[in-house]
Amino acid sequence: MSEARLFLLQRGSAAVLGLCVAVHLVTLVLAVQAGLSAEAILGRTRGQFGWLVFYGLFAAAAAVHAPIGLRAVLRETAGWKGQGADLALLAFGALLLAAGWRAAWAVFA
Amino acid sequence: MSADAGETLTARIWRSGPGRFQDFRVPRRANQTVLDVVTWIQRRLDPTLGYRFACRVGMCGSCAMTVNGVPRWTCRTRVERAAPGGEALEIAPLRNLPPIKDLAVDMTPLFERWQKALGRFVPPVEQGNDFVVVPPATPARRAADAGIECIGCGVCHAACDLAAADVEYLGPAALNRAWTLVNDARDGAQLARIAAVAAAGGAFACHSHQNCQAHCPKGLNPTAAISGLKRMAALGSRP
Repeated sequence: MSEARLFLLQRGSAAVLGLCVAVHLVTLVLAVQAGLSAEAILGRTRGQFGWLVFYGLFAAAAAVHAPIGLRAVLRETAGWKGQGADLALLAFGALLLAAGWRAAWAVFA
Repeated sequence: MSADAGETLTARIWRSGPGRFQDFRVPRRANQTVLDVVTWIQRRLDPTLGYRFACRVGMCGSCAMTVNGVPRWTCRTRVERAAPGGEALEIAPLRNLPPIKDLAVDMTPLFERWQKALGRFVPPVEQGNDFVVVPPATPARRAADAGIECIGCGVCHAACDLAAADVEYLGPAALNRAWTLVNDARDGAQLARIAAVAAAGGAFACHSHQNCQAHCPKGLNPTAAISGLKRMAALGSRP
């Protein structure tokens, strides 16, 4: 994938993350202030496709954003670059995506 | 230029032989520049001191050094500005470029990066019948003009933390030069140049720290040039 495409993906995913983090934090604060237990929160999210889509998107954006940033960090601090580094970071992104979607599914199902 | 009542200043000069700073006492003079101090030491105290200068008037870009931790053009930097309040003057070679001797660095890697970024004018293969008209007020020409006064001193490259971390990074000087050329209607290598600056270690590696524009002695803004290259390479947008 070209550097330009990676750049756009990282900026685009950052925009999505900014929105998702804001919604997530506001929801978190509102739920805590309302005194909801974890069970009560899950009771409200289960079966709601909206939350599944929201957290699914959140996890996908994080899985795209983090490896691209880490790629620059590894290149600049450890000198690790090239195909080996890219494959490792692809695996890292896949791990993030799997873990994130698993968590999103747990909120839904 | 006369000495002010026999006052002296301490100049700590990097010596590559022993690999440490060496202190010299130099007469303090009104309006003296850092280059004046180095030249005085080389001519009066130690003729083996290695450094580089040519024009002495801020045109040639050959006298840049690290002065009290800051990359500067020494011919246009007054001592009282670099070391205010009578503090010691510490002079070292520019960083991010290989040292040759004492205060002189090898500028070759800087200009190799210019070539890698296709930072040279390439005439178009098909020459038109007439001269290309370049109206000075067009956004593209204004963008090129904003970066055209670079003297190649290497100060921005020395100031860049990314250039320090990644030896393959093209650096602000080369990318600024490329930006002036992609905005030049007469140039015939636009696609190749965009490809060169969009490769790994090119414009997209820049973190926009803006050390380059903060230290450029000509007041240029290579960060803005690099941002322009990013927009052009990623989105195809022009000024």
